[in-house]
Amino acid sequence: MSLQTERAETLLDIRDLTVDFRIDRATTLRAVRNVSFDVAENETVALVGESGSGKSVTALAILGLLPENASVGGATLFIGRDLFAMPRRELQRLRGRDISIVFQEPMSSLNPVFSVGFQLVEVLKQHASLRPRDARARAVDLLREVGIPEPAAKVRAYPFELSGGQQQRVMIAMAIACEPKLLIADEPTTALDVTVQKQILELIAELQARRRMSVLFITHDLALVAEVADRVVVMRDGEVREQGPVRQVYEAPADAYTKALLACRPRLTNRPVRLPVIDDFLNPGREEHPPLELPERSRGLRGDEDVILEARHLAKSFYRREGLIGKHEERAVKDASFKLARGKTLGLVGESGSGKTTLALMLVRLQQATRGEVLLEGVDLLSVRSDSIEHKRRIQIVFQNPYASLNPRFTAGQILMEPMHIHGIGETQTGRRELAYAMFEKVGLPADAFFKYPHEFSGGQRQRIAIARCLTMRPDILICDESVSALDVSVQAQLLNLLQDLQDEFGMSYLFISHDLAVVKYMSDEIMVMTEGEVVEIADSDEIYARPRHPYTRKLLAALPNALLEPGA
Amino acid sequence: MSPAALTLAAAHRPESPGLWTLAWRRFLRDRLGAGCLAIVVVFVAVALASAAGLIASDWSHETAVSYAPPNFLGGSTAPDEASPTAVRDDVSEEIDIKDPLADELAEIRKALAGRSAVETKKATLPLGADKWGRDVLLKLAKGTETSLLVGLSAALLATFLGTLFGAQAGYFGGRIDDFFNWLYSVLTSIPYLLLILAIAAVLNQKGTSTVVLILGLTGWTGIFRLVRAEYLKHKVREYVLAAGAIGASDTRRMFAHILPNVSHVVLVQLSLHVVLFIKSEVILSFLGFGVGVETVSWGSMLNEAQAELLIGKWWQLAAATAAMAVLVTAFSLFTDALRDALDPRLR
Repeated sequence: MSLQTERAETLLDIRDLTVDFRIDRATTLRAVRNVSFDVAENETVALVGESGSGKSVTALAILGLLPENASVGGATLFIGRDLFAMPRRELQRLRGRDISIVFQEPMSSLNPVFSVGFQLVEVLKQHASLRPRDARARAVDLLREVGIPEPAAKVRAYPFELSGGQQQRVMIAMAIACEPKLLIADEPTTALDVTVQKQILELIAELQARRRMSVLFITHDLALVAEVADRVVVMRDGEVREQGPVRQVYEAPADAYTKALLACRPRLTNRPVRLPVIDDFLNPGREEHPPLELPERSRGLRGDEDVILEARHLAKSFYRREGLIGKHEERAVKDASFKLARGKTLGLVGESGSGKTTLALMLVRLQQATRGEVLLEGVDLLSVRSDSIEHKRRIQIVFQNPYASLNPRFTAGQILMEPMHIHGIGETQTGRRELAYAMFEKVGLPADAFFKYPHEFSGGQRQRIAIARCLTMRPDILICDESVSALDVSVQAQLLNLLQDLQDEFGMSYLFISHDLAVVKYMSDEIMVMTEGEVVEIADSDEIYARPRHPYTRKLLAALPNALLEPGA
Repeated sequence: MSPAALTLAAAHRPESPGLWTLAWRRFLRDRLGAGCLAIVVVFVAVALASAAGLIASDWSHETAVSYAPPNFLGGSTAPDEASPTAVRDDVSEEIDIKDPLADELAEIRKALAGRSAVETKKATLPLGADKWGRDVLLKLAKGTETSLLVGLSAALLATFLGTLFGAQAGYFGGRIDDFFNWLYSVLTSIPYLLLILAIAAVLNQKGTSTVVLILGLTGWTGIFRLVRAEYLKHKVREYVLAAGAIGASDTRRMFAHILPNVSHVVLVQLSLHVVLFIKSEVILSFLGFGVGVETVSWGSMLNEAQAELLIGKWWQLAAATAAMAVLVTAFSLFTDALRDALDPRLR
């Protein structure tokens, strides 16, 4: 991060950029309107916005990579030359040599059938016109530069042999191979674990300083921005809401939307009774409390709470066939023991592959546990017949992806009435329908949602339907498996508030699974940390953040963006 | 929610386009597809009318002279004046063998004498006539009924079997999957014609239902493979997990949850197989394993045509080929449009 106060020469100058998508003959969608900002040499600019804000479209427009049905207006000057007026051939030469991009998903951006060395060499041959042997040596250098261990050996590795973080490092190596003047990073860390995210951010900052290039960093997470950027551009619905130096945007945001974005992300420092949401800022005066002066909620266990669910030495192994008779054991969950108190929330933190989803699926019996027992009020669930639906009713789960967890061929009404039908809740069809309407109201959906199909709802609304589906069965325990992770920060705040309201009303116990430590801390009384299939630490939530005991917990906490450790704006 | 608001909401049911409605709208936007659907509908209407006895019930009447040409040839090819009986009498006299049926024939001839004088056989017909003077147009209509019936019911049977087996294999996996895969491998490793002939030999009777059985029992394999793959893909999707979490049974998950989501594959396969089986029926009839002599299908018409073509009577062949080509092409294009429209691009 450079701290110069006087701005250097302008590298990229975007003036009145407008992008329209032709949907069909009659309708066009304006994705980006009159966006203007610039990127100076040796500067990192963060483009921040939620989904649908037009931030990625802006990046693609700069590179000329928009699909056929898009039309652009305005001008994009790169070192004084208009990219939109440039001949195709010249633009293609420019891409990769002077401007390059790193995408969100490293796994789908790398070609799985070629080694990473081959793919790097391809880039070098095309743009730097090096001889094959020199290109190969250069590829090894690049891998070393982006921090891949044993670069001389890894140059022959295939993408699947690398971890997600290493794949993203390879993508970055490809992007900087030709020493670009501008690197566009489109959500480069969103698909990665928190600890890996930190490393990639440091790598980008380091490369930026060493190579004196400019970075356009696109992200949805305003907390990350403070770490990497010199300047921030906040976008919403295709328009720029605010731009300025990072400190100014952070400490004294001028725009209501920016204020809201900063406030609605849960922080480690405080825990208001409810999270502020965008509406509080854009339409102020409707709530009795100003959004930033809410009383604190106290969390934690006294120690004498009634235990509703207890897991003892729970383990799950998957077996893979090897050869004709051999099999390879893969231990997803090695040994998990924990207690869940009635009406309280147990947070479960872990990175991908830590076994947290497998653990959740064992509790709802969608995966058969290999060993151990699960006691629901003293009855071992694992010894009950697997088709006994009464026990199924009492533990429900809300999945991560609201786009995949609802059957697209059912209306929202059918989705809610199916579990009632299966469990014989509500005597008649009319009774069930009435219950469904009541549930829609409870989760904040309009009554006409009953007749709509999932594709007509936004991500947040779909997650509300999924929650309502669980509520129809009046479960004692609700498992939220990364239930808010796929949502925008502002929508996430609304859903966290909803989940909290429902717990206050129905006294349900939650097992709240997430990779986001701030969200888990906000929601949980007690927190359990998992890594590589093992529970390494369980403690009260304030305790674990103040005095982490296990080294892995410390590593997780160290990886959090610093912005979350500061009190709210 | 108050009861009043409830009834209001129920009465005010908004027209919310379901996925099927959206697919139908997309389909209608494709002009070619919609045109082909119209052609298919015409064929189906003809087949239904024929089955109901409204048209072509008298297809087997010998209404014209043998090989009467189509109208547009204007009878330029003069019908053969020599009567077949006369020829036959000459032959029997020549080789001096007494016809054993001579007495009966004489009686029949006497009985028919009055009528044949009244009934004038037409010299030309819209699409000509076959060897026995039967109207090719009527045969074509009747043949549409048979061919469509065979194509549709065989395709339904094959799709039903393929979907059922594919769902079981893909959903349950393990031993069940192994068993169905073994069955699939065995059936597909036998050459197609050999398999058809073997089943025909086992069933050992001719008729429309036999053809349907032969085609249906051998034709499900491709559908099985596709449906199994879809089930493998869908059974781990979160909405199926969610259905499991609320306690839905395996059968419910398989048929109430997954099946509607893979139905686009099944529907497209169904219509592809209708085309395939109409063509197969032609081949079977051509080989002599097709429908019986008392019924007419496009296949049996083509079968007759091979002899006719040698003596230059091409109209029956042309009519059957044209009808088949138009239906198969229209059905294929309709299927393409259907696939595009049903492709659930779900966000």
